[in-house]
Amino acid sequence: MSDDGDDIILSELDDAELVEQMMDDLYDGLKEEIEEGVNILLGRGWAPYRILTEALVGGMTIVGKDFRDGILFVPEVLLAAGAMKAGMSILKPLLAETGAPTIGRMVIGTVKGDIHDIGQNLVTMMMEGAGFEVKNIGINNPVESYIEAIHEFDADILGMSALLTTTMPYMKVVIDTMKEQGIRDDFIVLVGGAPLNEEFGRAIGADAYCRDAAVAVETAKEFIARKHNQASA
Amino acid sequence: MAAQKNDLLSRLLDERDWLMADGATGTNLFNMGLESGDPPEFWNVEFPDRIRALYRGAVDAGSDIFLTNSFGGNASRLKLHDAADRARELSRISAELGRDVADAAGRPVVVAGSVGPTGEIMAPMGPLTHEIAVEMFHEQAEGLKEGGADVLWVETISAPEEFRAAAEAFALAGMPWAGTMSFDTAGRTMMGTTSEAMVSLVEDLPNPPVAFGANCGVGASDLLRTVLGFTAQGTERPVIAKGNAGIPKYEDGHIHYDGTPALMAEYAVLARACGARIIGGCCGTMPDHLRAMREALETRTPGPRPGLDAIAETLGGFSSASDGTGGDTPPERPRRRRRK
Repeated sequence: MSDDGDDIILSELDDAELVEQMMDDLYDGLKEEIEEGVNILLGRGWAPYRILTEALVGGMTIVGKDFRDGILFVPEVLLAAGAMKAGMSILKPLLAETGAPTIGRMVIGTVKGDIHDIGQNLVTMMMEGAGFEVKNIGINNPVESYIEAIHEFDADILGMSALLTTTMPYMKVVIDTMKEQGIRDDFIVLVGGAPLNEEFGRAIGADAYCRDAAVAVETAKEFIARKHNQASA
Repeated sequence: MAAQKNDLLSRLLDERDWLMADGATGTNLFNMGLESGDPPEFWNVEFPDRIRALYRGAVDAGSDIFLTNSFGGNASRLKLHDAADRARELSRISAELGRDVADAAGRPVVVAGSVGPTGEIMAPMGPLTHEIAVEMFHEQAEGLKEGGADVLWVETISAPEEFRAAAEAFALAGMPWAGTMSFDTAGRTMMGTTSEAMVSLVEDLPNPPVAFGANCGVGASDLLRTVLGFTAQGTERPVIAKGNAGIPKYEDGHIHYDGTPALMAEYAVLARACGARIIGGCCGTMPDHLRAMREALETRTPGPRPGLDAIAETLGGFSSASDGTGGDTPPERPRRRRRK
């Protein structure tokens, strides 16, 4: 919080400087500045999708890395995600108009028997912060709820969360049911929760285990990119 | 706060070097047939005998303190089961059942009214305001007080704001209290609080707790590193250690906590050597573990304060290289100029 720096007038910055400043402002969770920056770039004729990917998603990637590395913690990340969302809400209607590709759509919920939802609430906020559309279906979801939600929401990703060792095996029930219905490979399945690990994720047939919300965002982006590459190949 | 000094927990702490708290609530209730997904607090009304049996399991194994079955008994958690309006009632009954067991124990046993997190993220990051958090904690606190809890006990907290809200609510209820946070993210709480920061947080409260400390988290080794972090601050306030019985492992399709009673006995003795005065378990800690812990605490002479190496050697390695305290925090990210 240096007081000695000159005040920056966002509209006086050139495009490259402005994007860099917006990344800093995202890092600091400055909502109004992000809204202003988005509007300036729109005024200069930037495509909404370019603003989203270069300024906002780019900025949140830095936040995600510092969270992963233990430099930032949840409160800072949530403030950043809040600023990102504010910018996103300006872009959202414009993105829909221009038919730009969406970053990705996710359904997330805790498995049947599990009432611990703070982890998935964090994931929801951070995924939205990274530009994803997320439908959080809450706690205690039987397999039917998951499957109904992923169809209804036209999801790319299914996220399942569990905090209890007694409930985590239910994730396999959901994945097995998806296999039976022949829809398993239509979705990216990510799992998370304190007692899980990579080995468990592999054993039940998930695409990946995500250690925390930042990893979930990075993993989701990776799988979505892979999916897009396959689609265009 | 002089009025608080007459509470049973403070008196026992004055009389004795260490006290043993209880172990797991959830793990025990699942063994009694609680279905995953059902709120344990409903059992206070549906199966009071099982809740008494849960408490008696800890008392018979030698616990001086047990926590009531009210961890999720706040309006925010109960709302998920369409029972937000039952917070006060279910909390009160959890304490009444506790009184039955404690008063029949034949020795002083502290009924600690468990208060868990709301599960909501606090403003400005999340939707829960300080005022509403205080109101919810206060409602639960009044229920536990009516039911006869000796002390209130907030646990598994990540956010300092939520800890403060609970403290304020307990002041409104005029109750002595204890509080623990859960340090599960590279030695800090999920919200980034270090052991060092918690000591300051506790001492800055207008109504500081009788005792404070850590519970749950990632295994016994990490928990003791956190306790060393507390005592390194030179705090005179009694420190609580309530660690999990090891770490849940998924092997060959089965899940088990890898902490044996023998290991938890080592943990208990080490916790005391680290400076903890209230020692108990958390997830996975059953009466067998508690018995082994009690015996070890009674029969073994307190050792010198262990180093991290000794802890890792006895209980296993740490989940992260550092606990985030002291001079090992990462450097500030280089900043561009800031707008006002």
